[in-house]
Amino acid sequence: MLGLEKKDATLLLVVIALALAAPILLNPFPTESAMAQFNAGYPDLMQKFAIYGIFAIGFNILFGLTGYLSFGHAAFLGVGSYSAVWMFKLLSMNVIPALVLAVLVSSLFALVIGYISLRRSGIYFSILTLAFAQMSFNLAYSVLTPITNGETGLQLSLDDPRILGISQTADGGIPLTSLFGLAMRDSVAVKLGGWSFEFSVGYYVCAILMLVCFYLAMRIFRSPFGLMLRAVKTNQTRLNYTGLNSRPYTLAAFVISGMYAGLAGGLLAAMDPLAGAERMQWTASGEVVLMTILGGAGTLFGPVLGAGFIKYFENIFSKINDSVLQNWFGFLPDGVENVVLWVVEHFVGPGWHLTLGLLFMLVVIFLPGGLMEGGQRIAGLLRGKRKSGGDGGGDDPEYHPGQTPHVAE
Amino acid sequence: MGILEVKGVNKRFGGLQALGDVNLSVTENSVHAIIGPNGAGKSTLLNCLVGKLIPDTGSVMFNGQSVLGRKPHEINQMGISRVFQTPEIFGDLTVLENVLIPCFARRDGAFSMHAFETVGQERDMLDEAMQMLEDMNMADKRDMHAASMSRGDKRRLEMAMCLVQQPRLLLLDEPTAGMSRADTNNTIELLKQIKGKRDITMAIIEHDMHVVFSLADRITVLAQGSPLVEDTPENIKGHPKVREAYLGESA
Ligand SMILES: Nc1ncnc2c1ncn2[C@@H]1O[C@H](COP(=O)(O)OP(=O)(O)O)[C@@H](O)[C@H]1O
Ligand SMILES: [Mg+2]
Repeated sequence: MLGLEKKDATLLLVVIALALAAPILLNPFPTESAMAQFNAGYPDLMQKFAIYGIFAIGFNILFGLTGYLSFGHAAFLGVGSYSAVWMFKLLSMNVIPALVLAVLVSSLFALVIGYISLRRSGIYFSILTLAFAQMSFNLAYSVLTPITNGETGLQLSLDDPRILGISQTADGGIPLTSLFGLAMRDSVAVKLGGWSFEFSVGYYVCAILMLVCFYLAMRIFRSPFGLMLRAVKTNQTRLNYTGLNSRPYTLAAFVISGMYAGLAGGLLAAMDPLAGAERMQWTASGEVVLMTILGGAGTLFGPVLGAGFIKYFENIFSKINDSVLQNWFGFLPDGVENVVLWVVEHFVGPGWHLTLGLLFMLVVIFLPGGLMEGGQRIAGLLRGKRKSGGDGGGDDPEYHPGQTPHVAE
Repeated sequence: MGILEVKGVNKRFGGLQALGDVNLSVTENSVHAIIGPNGAGKSTLLNCLVGKLIPDTGSVMFNGQSVLGRKPHEINQMGISRVFQTPEIFGDLTVLENVLIPCFARRDGAFSMHAFETVGQERDMLDEAMQMLEDMNMADKRDMHAASMSRGDKRRLEMAMCLVQQPRLLLLDEPTAGMSRADTNNTIELLKQIKGKRDITMAIIEHDMHVVFSLADRITVLAQGSPLVEDTPENIKGHPKVREAYLGESA
């Protein structure tokens, strides 16, 4: 199917099914139940799953395959958002031109930053990308205010030209982002017994693009080009003495991953048309590294999984506050309750980072192949034998992509 | 004129004269062995041929063109492949993938974006790589993780990776070191076959005199960075200076 081998085609079908059914699958708890706060099936969060999924899939093409660890990919995310918002201001509220511009501009940025940063490898490469991203952040924050609107961030306004659209709606509002008339914000809510499911246009636009990105990444992984990228990671010396020039390969991977990031940034703006400099900050660059490693660098599905995990924690754990906790632990005797509350409250609400940090450490120490390795081990145990084969890792169960250090030449 | 002409090459590492005025001419389609004690500068000489090192002075011409100042991948694309003293293979990839990469490099050049073809559908390349593995008696290891093989197998894999490129000049740096007697003999047989079948020139560094005398058409003895003598194997065997400088200590 679609030029894929059977195993990959199956994986693609599973991912398609998961993505299309996400509004149902992610809302397992009835709306009125106490567990409803763990439901993730609302458009805003699901859009983030898909968008950051795209970001991480692209990042993995660079980091997972070539081993080059970029600490500056948020720059492309930000560039994508700014480009998209400008398109909404100048051209029309249709998301397609906005996304196209986001991808084009971010690919140009990636070409320049990659061309310079890839002159070094290992830690020096990482530092160079970090420096570029911080530079972009600072430019966006101050010097480039006419383009980025500095601290406030770039927003739509009623007097934007929008030459192919309308500056304001009949009732004097800012028009909504849309796809040929279908507003991103439109959605259909379906109630079934105690459950309520919301199917939003915005989510499905993100999900379909994520699936396309996933499919393209799969093709790259299985292609001769992907093989060369993996060869870069394992032995660049041998690659060069085999007549291959590693630089254009790494640059191509860098630009492709920058385009993925730009698309993700454009989608963020398409769902919510504003762009701020903080989107380019180093914390955002670090986040995509965590997503990829947490899910499983070098695997196909891992980055999507990692992105989902982190966004879930960020949005769900961070919402558990004191009153929710009191509700849960109210049955305990007062003294005990206070102790339990004191401990737990550090791990939820604003403390969700702590939980995530611990989870991350556990995964890196015990599952160097990320959550995907965990999944494979469980699948192997269920089948009574250790299943071989991870994505991209050939057929070797000992393949731990996250662990191979990238050695500077 | 040989296919490879090294003239007046000097290379210093700090105070150490690793190569001193090396002249070497390798005739096309011959096997030229370079022997000499450890530290004589044999590997350094090869490094100067493949772009890993640039000599301080002198010239290196391959097939009428200078290799100096060219990048390793450019030199390889000119037709020079090298087997390293410590195996350089793609450890994280499978044996078959290791051999496929040079196949692609030969077909597509130093860079190509075949991002939408699938490796599994590149029948010609797969057949070529499998044929090479069969010639090497390694077909059964095709799906093995290359890093998990024995040292001898890694060398044979690296040799397969070089041979599948059909280079005009093959440089071998102690190809049989770490191999069993049987594997060494297989390697000699293989190199002999290849020499008979194809237009290929080989420069081989080797400590095993059995290998040297089975394969070499000419031998250069290197000592302390300079060629001591260059002659046919028969003459080298009887050469007093060589017996003293090299053969004496290994016999
Ligand atoms: N990159 C280097 N830097 C410094 N010294 C080197 C380097 N490479 C080789 N040497 C030195 O040059 C001499 C020749 O080494 P080499 O060519 O490896 O000898 P061999 O004939 O055993 O292959 C040795 O003394 C070695 O220590
Ligand atoms: Mg040596």
